[in-house]
Amino acid sequence: MTETADSGPRALVELAGVNKHFGALHVLQDINLTITQGEVVVVIGPSGSGKSTLCRTINRLETIDGGSITIDGRPLPAEGRELARLRAEVGMVFQSFNLFAHKTVLENVVLAQVKVRRTEPAVAEAKARALLERVGVAAQADKYPAQLSGGQQQRVAIARALAMDPKVLLFDEPTSALDPEMITEVLDVMRGLAAEGMTMVVVTHEMGFARSAANRVLFMADGRIVEENTPEAFFTNPRSDRAKDFLSKILHH
Amino acid sequence: MGILFEDGNFGLFRDGFLRTVELSAASAVLALLLGVLLAAFRVSPVPVLRTFATVWIEIFRNTPLTLLFFAVTFGLPRVDVHLSAFVCAVLALGCYTASFVCEVLRSGINTVPLGQAEAARSLGMTFGQTLVQVVLPQAGRAVLGPMSSVFIALPRNSAIAGAFNVAELYSVQQTLSERGYAIFAVFFWIALAYLCVSATVALGFRRLEHRPAVAR
Ligand SMILES: Nc1ncnc2c1ncn2[C@@H]1O[C@H](COP(=O)(O)OP(=O)(O)OP(=O)(O)O)[C@@H](O)[C@H]1O
Ligand SMILES: [Mg+2]
Repeated sequence: MTETADSGPRALVELAGVNKHFGALHVLQDINLTITQGEVVVVIGPSGSGKSTLCRTINRLETIDGGSITIDGRPLPAEGRELARLRAEVGMVFQSFNLFAHKTVLENVVLAQVKVRRTEPAVAEAKARALLERVGVAAQADKYPAQLSGGQQQRVAIARALAMDPKVLLFDEPTSALDPEMITEVLDVMRGLAAEGMTMVVVTHEMGFARSAANRVLFMADGRIVEENTPEAFFTNPRSDRAKDFLSKILHH
Repeated sequence: MGILFEDGNFGLFRDGFLRTVELSAASAVLALLLGVLLAAFRVSPVPVLRTFATVWIEIFRNTPLTLLFFAVTFGLPRVDVHLSAFVCAVLALGCYTASFVCEVLRSGINTVPLGQAEAARSLGMTFGQTLVQVVLPQAGRAVLGPMSSVFIALPRNSAIAGAFNVAELYSVQQTLSERGYAIFAVFFWIALAYLCVSATVALGFRRLEHRPAVAR
């Protein structure tokens, strides 16, 4: 990771002129976005504005119709093994956790290390236990996902993603399916990651998290990035009417 | 009813029975392997493979089995492929049954939430790894019931091979009838033997279904 002094921080994720349709619906419209190493970007916006789709295109769970996406300087390959290899570098945490239901917590964190990274099982298990310890669910290692609370499951999902040593972590509304008392435990883990310099894209409406951990807030509406700013500036002084309208709705209830 | 134990008929009957078991077992293995492969094609991201599997299934599922036997037994020699009657029967039965295995697997795969495959893919697992490590094991339980119907039908379907020069159980009936035994008695024993085979298959599946459930 050598950087010349004047090149500034390294661009990890670059989207240039990205367009995406679902049938007649233009979900992503000319998206240009550069995320540098160590940056935490929060994506916010009304339902249906394309936040999830944006997240999912970055590791190509959704294909794009136009434009380009590069991860750490390499364009996203079309399909097959190349793509799989690149996906391993981009972790994803889902709203619905998506832990493998037929595997124990420990196996969930071990599986891809062994199958994708070809890590020795013993080494992978040691790493899995360390990660589970770090997210605070080491005691649950031998249980099945269904036996855990939502907050615990989401922390396991984060450990599972971290096990691949990803360059970027994508979070799609990681706390939206959780009871309020569990939201904090997940956000604390995420704050910890942010503080350690993990590059993160987080779709969330958790204002507190955005203010305390994000470097930048993107406001999306109708498939476009309407506004970009620091969290402080965005929340206290939104420029666009769409953002003002949206913020007044989520702040006053 | 005592015909089975007269004139060395038992040896004939036993050989026919064993042949039926062999034929069913070999066809079952082929059907399972081919069925899994076809199911993988059917859900694969490659359009050519999906089309291939769809066409294959429509052909083999909708053609009467007797016609398939005809095609294999008399069609292959035309293109200079000469196989024994037994191998021909395994091919016809296996390919036929594989199309049903594939459809059962596919409906099982559809019961697994999409998020499971997405999580696997987002970790960098290939399509094959996702299918084998994550999706199929979870489809397994939903699949056992319908799969047992497919494999219980297999030994019964194998009776058609008797008409195509395989000396299996059903063909024993012809031999015995020609020797002038009461047709009812002959059928009784043959039916009983098929029942034994099918019941064994059913019992096997029952045991699989009753294994302790995966906690979910
Ligand atoms: N697979 C799909 N097929 C067709 N339309 C889709 C598909 N996925 C999403 N859409 C549509 O695309 C639009 C954007 O969806 P997306 O999930 O990206 O929005 P979002 O901003 O994440 O919304 P939410 O806050 O509700 O999660 C929506 O109108 C949605 O109905
Ligand atoms: Mg969404």
